Amino acid sequence: MTMIRRIGVTVNGRPRSADVAPHHTLLEVLRDDLGLTGTKECCLVGECGACTVLVDDVCVDSCLILAVEADGATVTTVEGLAAGDRLDPIQEAFLETGAAQCGFCIPGQLVAAKALLALIPHPTRAEVEDGLAGNLCRCAGYGQIIDAVLVAAEAGAEGTGS
Amino acid sequence: MSEDGIGASPARVGGLDRVTGRQAYVADINVDDVLHAKLVSLDCARARIIAIDTSAALAVPGVRLAMTAADLPQPMPRFGPQFVDRPVLAVDETHYHGEPVAAIAAETKDGADEAAALVRVEYEELPAVFTVAGALDPAAPLVQDPSIRPGDPLATTNVLREHRYGWGDVDGARADVVVEGTYAFPMVTQFAIEPHAFIAAPDGDGIAVWSSIQHPNWLQKVIAGLLHLPLAKVRVFAPDPGGGFGGKQHAKYEPLVAFMALKAGRPVRLVLTLEETFQAVRRGAAEIRVRSGFSADGSIVFREVEANYLIGAYADIADRTVAKGTYTASGPYRVPAVRILARSILSHTTPSTAFRGFGNPQQIWAVESNMDEAARALGIDPLELRLKNLARHGETFIPGDTPADGDWAATVTRAAEMIGWGGAPAPGRGRGIAVGLKSGPTTGLSYSTVRLLADGSVIVHAGTSDMGQGARTIFAQIAAEELGAPLDWVTVVMGDTAVVPYDQQTSASRSSVLMGNSILNGCREVQAKLRTMAARLESVSEASVVVDRGEVRIGERVLPIRDVLIRGLGRLGGEVIGIGEMRKEADPDHPLGGTAAFFEFNCTAVEVEVDRATGDIVVVRHVTVSDVGKAMNPMQVRGQDEGAAIMGLGHTLMEHYIYDDAGRIRNLGAIDYRIPTSMDLPLVMASDIVENEDGPGPYGSKGMSEGALLCVAPAVAAAVRDATGVVIRDLPLTPERVWRALNEASKM
Repeated sequence: MTMIRRIGVTVNGRPRSADVAPHHTLLEVLRDDLGLTGTKECCLVGECGACTVLVDDVCVDSCLILAVEADGATVTTVEGLAAGDRLDPIQEAFLETGAAQCGFCIPGQLVAAKALLALIPHPTRAEVEDGLAGNLCRCAGYGQIIDAVLVAAEAGAEGTGS
Repeated sequence: MSEDGIGASPARVGGLDRVTGRQAYVADINVDDVLHAKLVSLDCARARIIAIDTSAALAVPGVRLAMTAADLPQPMPRFGPQFVDRPVLAVDETHYHGEPVAAIAAETKDGADEAAALVRVEYEELPAVFTVAGALDPAAPLVQDPSIRPGDPLATTNVLREHRYGWGDVDGARADVVVEGTYAFPMVTQFAIEPHAFIAAPDGDGIAVWSSIQHPNWLQKVIAGLLHLPLAKVRVFAPDPGGGFGGKQHAKYEPLVAFMALKAGRPVRLVLTLEETFQAVRRGAAEIRVRSGFSADGSIVFREVEANYLIGAYADIADRTVAKGTYTASGPYRVPAVRILARSILSHTTPSTAFRGFGNPQQIWAVESNMDEAARALGIDPLELRLKNLARHGETFIPGDTPADGDWAATVTRAAEMIGWGGAPAPGRGRGIAVGLKSGPTTGLSYSTVRLLADGSVIVHAGTSDMGQGARTIFAQIAAEELGAPLDWVTVVMGDTAVVPYDQQTSASRSSVLMGNSILNGCREVQAKLRTMAARLESVSEASVVVDRGEVRIGERVLPIRDVLIRGLGRLGGEVIGIGEMRKEADPDHPLGGTAAFFEFNCTAVEVEVDRATGDIVVVRHVTVSDVGKAMNPMQVRGQDEGAAIMGLGHTLMEHYIYDDAGRIRNLGAIDYRIPTSMDLPLVMASDIVENEDGPGPYGSKGMSEGALLCVAPAVAAAVRDATGVVIRDLPLTPERVWRALNEASKM
C-alpha cells in the first residue's frame, strides 16, 4: 500500500494542505489537489519550464520537486503574481509587448522572469536570455518575451524611483 | 475608426487570462466523476498481437476499464481525414512505435499508470520499414492492408499516392547549365508545449468531447460517424490549444476516449505525455531530387522535381501535405517547363501530419538550395538570380492557378537591404538568401454570427481555434472597427460546436482571411439593418444613409452607431444580428481541388558565423520579410513571423528524430530532442512586412502565419556555404554534420 502523508504548504499566501503519496510531485499537488491549474504540465523532466514556480523564493521546476520535499515551504505560482485585480508589472509588460501567444508556457515564463528580476533588477538582454533559458516557448515568442522582461525592469525602476 | 481597430496593436484579446493563469486548456478542465486514462503500447514498431491479458490490470484498485480491440465494435472502426485507415486501437498488428493496443480508465492517474504497466501483451515482432529506401524495396512488408484501398494499383506497394504536376516540354528544353541535387529533410515534431489532451463524457443521448483540436467541426463529424450519432448529438468543446502548429488539426485519440466514456458510462480524460505526442504527430521526412536547367543569363528554362515523402503508418492528412507542398515546387518563379512527381510513402513510423508550412518546407529546402547552387554554377549573384526569375504581380506562374498576388520583388529587395546584401561579410562569416512560397487554402467555408447588443457591445461567434496566432484579437478588431465598439466591448465566442456556427478548419493561415471575411460580412449585415433603422428614424431614404467603419453618415451628418442602435431598438431593446458567410468553392478540375485563395510569400536572409573547430553555426543576423497585404495587428504579425522564423531554425540546426533498428524513437522527449531556447536565438532578429493591401482578406490582408518558416533552412545553408565553401544537402545542420562536411572538404 502506498503510504499517504499530509503536507502543508503556503501557496500564494494561503496555508494549504494535501494528502500525498511519496512519488507525487509539487506540480501534481498544485494542479490536482489544490486546483491551481495555472502551473502547466509538459515534459515532466525539468526541461521545458512550463511548471516553474517559486519555492521559498527560489525558481524551480515543480515537476522535479517531490511534494513531501515541499512540506512547510512557501510557494508562489502564476496565480499569486497579481495583487487582486492589480497585475504585477511583469504581467502588464507581457500584455504590452504581445509576449503571450498560445499562452501555455507563459505562467512559467512569468514566474521565471519574476525570479530573474528579483535577482537582477536591471538585466541586460543577454542576462534575460540566460535567465529564461529553462523556459521553452514553441510559439518562439522569445523576442517579445525578452522585451517584456526589459519593459518590466524599466517599470520596476520607475516604481521604486531609482 | 476605433483606436484599437484595424492596423493598431492592442493587447491580445484573451491575453489577461494568459498572464494570470486563468486560461483553461483541456487538461485544466475539471469534469466531475472523471476517469483517468492511460495508453498501453509495445516497445517496437511493428508486431503481431497474439494475446492481451488485462486481468492483472483490472485487479488494480480503482480500475474501471481495460479497453482492447475486442471491446470495440467489429470490424474495428477506422477514421482519417483522407483515408479511413486509422483504427481506434491497434487490431491484430501494430504499425508504429507507440501505437496504442489497449487503454486503461481508472479513478486516479496513479491507478491508471499502474494498471497500464500490468497489461500483458504477447506479441511477435515483425519486419518493418522506417526509410524511403526500405519502404520502396520490392520485398518490403506492406504497411497498409491493401483492402483499405480496393482497386488501387498502388495498394500492393508502400506508395500511398503519387502526384504529378507539370507543363511545358522539360525533355525538349535547351539549357546552358543544369544543376542537380538530392536534398534530405528529417522527421521533426510539432512539440506544442501543451501535450494533446482529450476528455469525453456521455451527454444525455449524445456525447461531449473536449479536445485541444484545431478543427472542432471536423472532429464532430468524425465522432458522429464512428458512434452513429447525428451531428447535433456530438458536442465538441475546443478550448484554445496551447500551440497547434498543425499537429492538432485532426482527430487522434478522441475516438478512443469517446468509446471508453460510453463503455464506462462516465467521463474519461486522457492527457498525453510529451513523449506520447512525439509518437503521435510529426512532420513528413523527405528526400527530394531537383534538376533545374538555366540559360546562361540565369533564366530558368526547366525544373524537374522528384519528391519522396516518408509519411507514417496512417495517412492522417500527410498525403495532402505532399500533394499541396510539392504542387508549388516550381517556386515563385517563371518556369516554362516543369515536371513534378511526388510520392507519399507509408512506413512503420509515427503518422506524419500537418505541420506549419504543410509539406512546403521540405520542398523549399531542396528547390532553394538548388537555386543557390545554380547561382554559383552560373556565376550570378543568388539575389539577382531570384529577382530575375520571380513572377511579377499579376503574372500566371502556375498554369490554371491564381496569378502572383504580390510585389514579391519588393519583399526580396527589402530583405536584401536589411541584411546588407552586396557588401562583404566579416571574415569567417557568410550570407544566404532564399524565398518561400506557399499556396493558401484551396477551399473554405466559414460561418459566423455578429450580434450588436442593445448597449452597443458586440458578441462574435466564430469556430476558429485561437492557438496563439491571435485570431480572437483580429476578429474583435474587425467587429470593433466596423461597429464602432471599443475593443473591450467585444466578446468573441469560440470552441463549442453546440453554440458556434460551422467553420471548416483552422489551418493554412486561413482564419484572418476566410473567417475574417465572414465576420466582416456579418458586420455588413448588421450595418445594413442599421441603415434601415437610421432611414426610418431620420425619415430619409435608405439610399442616403451610409453605415461604414463604426459610423452612420447621412449627408454631412455623422451619427455614432450606438445612438442609432439605441433609438432604433426602442423600449424593448434586443439586438441586431448579422450572419456572416465566406466560401471559397472547390474546383473539381484543379489538381488540388481548388486554386490558391492567396499565396504566402517570404524572403529570409541570414548572416552566419561557422566555428570550423566545432561545426557550430551562430546566426549573427536573421532577416525575415513577409508580404502580408495588410497587418491588421502589427504586434501579432511580428510575433507570428519571428516565431515562425525561430521554429524554422529548429529544423535547420537541431531537430530530428533518431530511430533505432526496431523503429523506436531514441530521442523521445525534451531532454534528447532539442528545440530552440532563448539561448539559441539569432544575435539579431529583424522582421519586416510588405503591405500593399492587395490580399483577399479584410482590408487587403493575406494569410501570414507560416511564411517566415518556409525558407529558413536554405537561407542558412547558403550562408554556411558562403562562409565555408561547403555545400550540405541534409538537415539538420548540426555541429557534427557541419564539422564532418568541413573535414571531408579539407581532405579533397
